[in-house]
Amino acid sequence: MTATVRDLGPYLALVLVGFLPNEIWRVLGIVIARGLDEGSELLVWVRAVATAVLAGIIAQLILSPPGALATVALVVRLAAVVIGFLAFLLARRSVFIGVLAGELALVLGALMWP
Amino acid sequence: MIGLKAAAKSVFIYVMFGTFIGYGALCHDLGFSLTWALVSTVLIWAGPAQVIVVTALGSGLSAGEAAIAVSLSGIRLLPMVAALLPLIRTKATRFWQLLLPAHLTAVSMWVESLRMAPGVPPERRIAFCNGLGLGLMAPTLVATVVGFMLAQRLPTLFAAAVLFLTPMSFTVSVARNSRELVDKLAFILGLALTPVFALAKVDLALLIGGVLAGSIAFAVHRLKEGA
Repeated sequence: MTATVRDLGPYLALVLVGFLPNEIWRVLGIVIARGLDEGSELLVWVRAVATAVLAGIIAQLILSPPGALATVALVVRLAAVVIGFLAFLLARRSVFIGVLAGELALVLGALMWP
Repeated sequence: MIGLKAAAKSVFIYVMFGTFIGYGALCHDLGFSLTWALVSTVLIWAGPAQVIVVTALGSGLSAGEAAIAVSLSGIRLLPMVAALLPLIRTKATRFWQLLLPAHLTAVSMWVESLRMAPGVPPERRIAFCNGLGLGLMAPTLVATVVGFMLAQRLPTLFAAAVLFLTPMSFTVSVARNSRELVDKLAFILGLALTPVFALAKVDLALLIGGVLAGSIAFAVHRLKEGA
């Protein structure tokens, strides 16, 4: 546990720290999918949990963002995501318009409140 | 082939191109080789996990801690794969045929597959998902190279903007796919509950918040169906 990623060598570290801990969930997903039928109520629950976990990741990326995004004020990040979402709704659920509007709001907001 | 075409039309192509410019630049700045950056994209194929792995090296985090952080971010892949595979397999599908679509499952591919696979004949859905996943992966490899080359010239605001692409595109694409009440509720509750658990310093906030929010949404769905 005390070995750092640097001690392992970059490719061994990639497999042990990056590939395996991530891929295990995909393989477990295959195993669990065997017991699920298309159209079953259990599948509705699994999809609801997947959607909620994804929503949780979005919230974390906005509230405690990685790297350079942390240099943008929290209020600007929150406002940009709300503006992007509203633009998405106004543009008849266009993902492209939503992302574009959110990005513009973020960049303008970051320039106005550095 | 139809999968590749669907990938070419997906808005995720642009979003991921931007995201992986950021990833390529990050790999360059933290001293990884270009080959390593490309291999990591093919092997991990999950944006948040990749960012954790490269930053772990820069910050000297222990391998064990980094592996746990990666694994926590990857939990979402389990319900995603479990929800997708029953839609795309047939009775004739073998276990090994599911390995590639499962590996290619990432938020982008998952969102687009759930939306489009039902319109594809059942026996061609696995090929469709493979084409879609590979069609999304190829441009990210180009973007990784571009980001790696441009790393020194990218301003901070650009780096912030490409990092913002991930939460922004996830938000609107998941919202687009959430047409039924159970999915909308799961999305809203997940947004609301997970930060509460994270602020309360609950371990595994993502997992607990996700299972709880998803289950509440499902319970409401059952109550409405029953009534």
